[in-house]
Amino acid sequence: MSLRSLTRLARPFAFNTSLTSSFIKNASNGIKSPLVSSILCRYLSESLKKSLDETVQKNDVVLFMKGTPERPQCGFSRAVVQILHAQGLDFSKVQTFNVLEDNELREGVKEYSQWPTVPQVYIKGEFIGGCDIVLNMHQSGELEDLLLKGGLVEESEKEE
Amino acid sequence: MSAGITKEHLEQTLREKLSADHVEVTDTSGGCGQNYDVIIVSSIFEGKTLLQKHRLVNDAAKNEIAQLHAFSQKTYTPTQWVELSNKK
Repeated sequence: MSLRSLTRLARPFAFNTSLTSSFIKNASNGIKSPLVSSILCRYLSESLKKSLDETVQKNDVVLFMKGTPERPQCGFSRAVVQILHAQGLDFSKVQTFNVLEDNELREGVKEYSQWPTVPQVYIKGEFIGGCDIVLNMHQSGELEDLLLKGGLVEESEKEE
Repeated sequence: MSAGITKEHLEQTLREKLSADHVEVTDTSGGCGQNYDVIIVSSIFEGKTLLQKHRLVNDAAKNEIAQLHAFSQKTYTPTQWVELSNKK
């Protein structure tokens, strides 16, 4: 195991930061010893996993990004926001999370989605992908179909 | 502090693990080895959805991507690549 990996494991991501994290509530329940939790939980604590499950199921669209839709802090995140806007998606239907504000979330969501990068998009509880995939689906029309099917956008008037 | 993942290493890894016919790696971090755009052409992508293809690549270069600041990918089957090249 490289030094880099060892350093990462030692980082206290799995330690309870629920009090400062806006995302997690009462994550301390069930964690026995810090050493055990740091080995078993890595970045994704049981409570974060549960919260994420709930979030992606309850919300039509979930976007984990860097920055906010109003002020994205990464080109890829900005691109995803722009694409969703271009598709006519009403952002009141979108639950967004700024991973830069929450390090536990930032690492946890990568493990949760089994996806190494941010931004990440979920639509109707299903993981869609990151910027590359969203862009590709936008260009192919697949994204529009998906959003129409989910009742998330209205049919745009097409000129015959 | 690590200098980042080299272009050659990433190219090699992708080529081997994905049995790629063609791999193009572009360092978009100005030589820092932190941001890469990759193009991969392989028959391993046949019949797969976009998400499946991307997950294959992510898994193949899991350790490398984890160390990068940014990573974007375009994946093609050999047929798609030929079609694309002919369009240019």
